[in-house]
Amino acid sequence: MTLKTRLIPCLDVKDGRVVKGVNFVDLVDAGDPVESAIAYDAAGADELCFLDITASHEGRETIYDVVARTAAHCFMPLTVGGGIRTVEDIRKLLLSGADKVSINSAAVKDPDFINRAADKFGNQCIVVSVDAKRRAEDALVEGQSKWEIYTHGGRNATGIDAIEFAKDMVKRGAGELLVTSMDRDGTKIGFDLELTRAISDAVEVPVIASGGVGTLDHLVDGVNEGRASAVLAASIFHFGTYSIGEAKQHMAQSGIAVRQDNVAKG
Amino acid sequence: MSQKIVIVDYGAGNLKSAQNATQRAARELGGGFEVVVSSDPKDVQNADRVILPGVGAFADCMAGLTAVEGMIEAMHKRVILDAVPFLGICVGMQLLASEGREKIYTHGLDWIPGIVKHIEPNDKTLKVPHMGWNTLTQTNPHPMLDDLDIGPDGLNAYFVHSYHFEVADPAHLLATVEYGQTLTAIVGRDNLIATQFHPEKSQSLGLKFISNFLNWSL
Repeated sequence: MTLKTRLIPCLDVKDGRVVKGVNFVDLVDAGDPVESAIAYDAAGADELCFLDITASHEGRETIYDVVARTAAHCFMPLTVGGGIRTVEDIRKLLLSGADKVSINSAAVKDPDFINRAADKFGNQCIVVSVDAKRRAEDALVEGQSKWEIYTHGGRNATGIDAIEFAKDMVKRGAGELLVTSMDRDGTKIGFDLELTRAISDAVEVPVIASGGVGTLDHLVDGVNEGRASAVLAASIFHFGTYSIGEAKQHMAQSGIAVRQDNVAKG
Repeated sequence: MSQKIVIVDYGAGNLKSAQNATQRAARELGGGFEVVVSSDPKDVQNADRVILPGVGAFADCMAGLTAVEGMIEAMHKRVILDAVPFLGICVGMQLLASEGREKIYTHGLDWIPGIVKHIEPNDKTLKVPHMGWNTLTQTNPHPMLDDLDIGPDGLNAYFVHSYHFEVADPAHLLATVEYGQTLTAIVGRDNLIATQFHPEKSQSLGLKFISNFLNWSL
């Protein structure tokens, strides 16, 4: 009847193992990504996201094996992000079984990379990760939005305006934007709804809200107030605070159309 | 003798998923299928069933398919003349059309008359691409759809597309999907069936659909 709002668990992966840290530091090792992916698949997740968080610094060969083993078991869309620099990186991930790739630092450093990637593989598989932080009150710039783009897991400020960056990336061929508030990531106090909405209203492609989910109401807010097409969360699912089923039920009760194939069909 | 299922490789995107899902469906049917990903027209010429996947832009996919020497001829011979079961997926479905209007006007295979056009939802707040899970509405009977749990309360299928296939003959439209306008979800005629959604990404609905394709006897 209607397109469903997607619920996407994200697994942060380092050296082939799942981790999730508060504000991208203080990592806690918590499991095998393939096992987690299979569990999320069975629980009715709408997509899966792997973020190879240390990929910018270390060898990333392990992720190809994780992706290949996941794709052999999970018949749902799989997005992989982290450390993607070249068209060849994308090709290797797609050939391993990823459906989409999420690009952050490389898109900031070389925006033309998004044109090349989208021309080569199609807009539908190019997700640009918009990692943004609020500017300090005394650092607001006339004619720019309140948010600035960060790279390298929130460590490096770029001075680039987040809204302008989002619009430019879509023009260059991004098929979807993964919008993460680097202020909120890992805090469990909810998405930066103003940021999510500002970007969602500025572009015609779907926006995935990310960063800060601590309660099921936060997911609802991301859709209703942030106007996100999809909501992404990591720790609340990974540490078992809530199940995918509970999250979807809560969203459905709040009037959001979600896919409940697993629930309805047993 | 096991049946040979050929997934046509013409450089368009992720064939691993289509291969994985087809192999899983084949295993669940108890085997008897050899699933081959191939860019060799000879494999298509002796295939028992042919799957044409595809992601990206219509013109690029058509160019890619044309660039594989002898492939379109082999497909025409095996699928149209010998009439082995054929499944098209996403852009692999759109290529069956007479013409694609993505970026530039491009001739398609013209196996199912119609035109591939940009999605224009009446509700301007709707995002394009139409990306995510949606339910199907069956519009014509088809043996592959008989035991499939579809309809407004049925299982969801996974879509990612900005263009859709407007078929010329309503008899070729097997199922639709609603997204600010009625979009084509499944087309078919004779030994041809093709989906806009990705069965290889549609979990239980998708695996059942692929399983039905492997079992489909004309």
